[in-house]
Amino acid sequence: MSDSATGLLTEPIVDTAIADRLRAVLPNDVDYASARVVDEQSEHLMVRQNTLEPIFNEFDTGVMISIWNGGGLGYAATADLSDAGLRRAVATARHWATVTAGSMVTATPPPHHPTGTYRSPVEVDWDTLPLDARLELLHQQSRLLGIDKRIVDWSASLTRRNVDTLLVTRGRNGESGEVEQRFRFVYPGMRATANEGTNTQTRTFGANAFCGQGGAEVLGRFGFGDAANRVANEALELLTAPNCPSGVMDILLAPDQMILQIHESIGHPLELDRILGDERNYAGTSFVTPDMFGEFQYGSELLNVSFDPTVPGQLASYGFDDDGSPATKQLLIENGVLKRGLGGAISQERSGLDGVSNSRAASWNRPPIDRMANLNVEPGDSTVDELIGSIENGVYMHTNNSWSIDDSRNKFQFNCEYGQKIENGEIVGTVRNPGYRGISRNFWTNLTGVADKHSFTVMGTPNCGKGEMNQMIGTGHASPACKFSDIEVFGAEA
Amino acid sequence: MSTSTSTSTRGQATYFDELVTAATAKLQGSEVLLANLAGEHTDFIRLNNNDVRQAGTVDQQKLSIDLIDGKRHVGGSINLTSDQANDEARLTALLGQLRDQRRLVADDPYLMYNTEPTSTESIKIGNIPAPDAALADIRSAGQGKDLVGIYASGDTYNGFANSLGQRNWFQSSTFNLDWCFYLRADKAAKNLYAGFDWNDDAFARKVDWSAQQVAALARDPKDLGPGEYRTYLAPRAMEEVMSLLSYYGAFGKRAHETKQSPFLRMLAGDATLSPHVSISENTAGGVAPNFQSAGFVRPDAVDLVINGKIGDTLVSPRSAQEYGVATNGAHSGEYPESLAIAPGSIPTDGVAEALGTGLFVGNLWYTNFSDMSACRTTGMTRFATFWMESGEIVAPVNVLRFDDTAFNMLGTQLEGLTDEAEVLLDPSTYMERSTASARLPGALLSSMRFVL
Repeated sequence: MSDSATGLLTEPIVDTAIADRLRAVLPNDVDYASARVVDEQSEHLMVRQNTLEPIFNEFDTGVMISIWNGGGLGYAATADLSDAGLRRAVATARHWATVTAGSMVTATPPPHHPTGTYRSPVEVDWDTLPLDARLELLHQQSRLLGIDKRIVDWSASLTRRNVDTLLVTRGRNGESGEVEQRFRFVYPGMRATANEGTNTQTRTFGANAFCGQGGAEVLGRFGFGDAANRVANEALELLTAPNCPSGVMDILLAPDQMILQIHESIGHPLELDRILGDERNYAGTSFVTPDMFGEFQYGSELLNVSFDPTVPGQLASYGFDDDGSPATKQLLIENGVLKRGLGGAISQERSGLDGVSNSRAASWNRPPIDRMANLNVEPGDSTVDELIGSIENGVYMHTNNSWSIDDSRNKFQFNCEYGQKIENGEIVGTVRNPGYRGISRNFWTNLTGVADKHSFTVMGTPNCGKGEMNQMIGTGHASPACKFSDIEVFGAEA
Repeated sequence: MSTSTSTSTRGQATYFDELVTAATAKLQGSEVLLANLAGEHTDFIRLNNNDVRQAGTVDQQKLSIDLIDGKRHVGGSINLTSDQANDEARLTALLGQLRDQRRLVADDPYLMYNTEPTSTESIKIGNIPAPDAALADIRSAGQGKDLVGIYASGDTYNGFANSLGQRNWFQSSTFNLDWCFYLRADKAAKNLYAGFDWNDDAFARKVDWSAQQVAALARDPKDLGPGEYRTYLAPRAMEEVMSLLSYYGAFGKRAHETKQSPFLRMLAGDATLSPHVSISENTAGGVAPNFQSAGFVRPDAVDLVINGKIGDTLVSPRSAQEYGVATNGAHSGEYPESLAIAPGSIPTDGVAEALGTGLFVGNLWYTNFSDMSACRTTGMTRFATFWMESGEIVAPVNVLRFDDTAFNMLGTQLEGLTDEAEVLLDPSTYMERSTASARLPGALLSSMRFVL
């Protein structure tokens, strides 16, 4: 049986008692003060080549104190949640607010003192699949992946993260807020690498994009238990497949490549903090300028893109962002026209532009910045078969495996794991190493087909990097398959 | 300038020692405990347009443990609060949970940890400015300029301890100012001032260099079309290429054995790098800890590429067990943390003349593979990139995408390397402040392929 002290780790940190203690320690003589607690418990399981890798359990808890006062802003992050620890953090944040007063880009605090809750929708509690069953599931998948001598490496993995957050705010005039959110994430993974000579090909389970909020049902949502055979056989198939052709042609991008295309060439360029210059030293700037909102034809009339943190079960759904703005769905691009950017309350105030509720922090030890949350391409009217049928010469590309784009988010080059050659409206065979390149500013105007809801797939990207201090965070993306015309396509090195 | 003092010289090490000693007393039977601590006290100031965007302090200490019984083991981590009773109780709770889970796992054939205690200590306390003073200095240097970037300073510390009595400690206090002067749009000069001891004169020289670069960027930019150009890659541009190769298994034992290395064609004897290229993991010359999470102490250097040919690989303890070779103390990712390329013979002060007419690339950005099996890489030029003619700057160049193999760039097309290697401290702060670094020369290429 478990050591009696184990409860110290598994009992929730975010509760009424800590909310009361945070309210007591936050000062009421400053313009705005907040305390954001993050309590995360995660479990990482992987079976590689039929051998269990070491199980790893993480318990990560801390608080970020933020104080806006007199034209200054300061943060202090600590894992010491004792009253003394909280008081020290408040003093540190207050000191920073004094030091930075008069030298801030903006010292306007968040406009909200919100109250509310959020819970990830869970249909099947994760613990109904006990650890030994989780391990056996991974061993089963591993055995199904290692089916041929040419499969030289393979693995199956499961990560579960429970993240509870609490945001307590206090203002100078007695205002106060409290937002409690409880997130449950599941990240299944699988990969098979095949090799012959100097040709190595890897096929994965959606390049880690088949993840989301929920419980054990997330595995069924993406067909985790049925994928291993396909993943392994497609890796082998790629070994003998011809090289992807080069030239200008049509491409059809599967949802597990579309999410990367959306993320890099719509999501990042629309982030208001990039447009405002915060990210220029690291993640970069944007080809999008403030005058383009409301006017710019970002894509063809088939392009409709939503920011939607309310999609049940999507990776970056929530009730409130980390500055306390309530989550709502907004159309960013409507019939191809750019409508609004991805900026939270502070970026909206700085830029004078419309934004969304996307001020998010990676954890308790990082301050919120503008992030994507869920960014989705709305379904169209065509079936995938109709889109294939409309292509005379092209490639159907699946599952991202390489991405690169310039610091203005314009010139990009992406590669996929698996390609299918299309000739005269029919798939005629598999091709390896499919890739394409283009320029964001023009690329989306070449969108000539959007598949309907039957191919619409809700996914996520677990690791999006940005910010100084650097922050890694999950973003959600959903898309149907989409067709683009007259695109520069290439294959592997000769 | 006033300076800050280290949060503690021995305090964190003693605390870590006491926690592990207390946990060791609670082990059962033949259990073995491995413990790793990663901590920092970091002051950070983020700037945009020479004003502060965000500023604050992060205190964090993550304790990771591996609880072993025979060949069965399970790992976990908690973050420490510095309240000893609370931390000991949480560590005891974690031991209990791991013990429970361990009953469900089979023997791990690849488990390997150091059983011959080798204790070490390295403490480098620098002379870093108090954050208030640093902010004043930085804003003074950026007065009238569009300065954007991040200043981070303070202590970082890493420790290893086990129930066999081994103790390793690595602590340093450093600063790292990673910044740009922007001229307009995407035209900027990037620079980095980092180290253990802040020196006003050294900082002023960095600022002057950046100001000169910005002035050069004021000329009308040149658009270059796809094609092959004679190119000089400055050390920071080389760092982007080498980071990509490193992270994806160019030097790792497991990647080599599973045919997932970008050096696959080298391993097959179908390609080499230039004889000018010798690459090592130079732990003795870096600023990262010289021990790893299973308690193995790293050698001063591992020769990874010798005169263009594959040398040793970085071998983690798990790979050592899996492939039947000796470990050289690599971490589980098996990529370098203190990469060094031996300098060449091109005078560093004369690279412009050596380049003559072609591209001077100060920085590359967002590198990735377009065909990893062929070591074909892609990425973008960024920041100060110039078109040169007869060794003189003609114009800044608008961003260009390269797509070329490392076997060309560092092989057949490599004319030579500069005679000085620049020390580049990694400014990365994902999860925690990085202790990685690189020593890299610049590279002169007779041709490099650009596609967009």
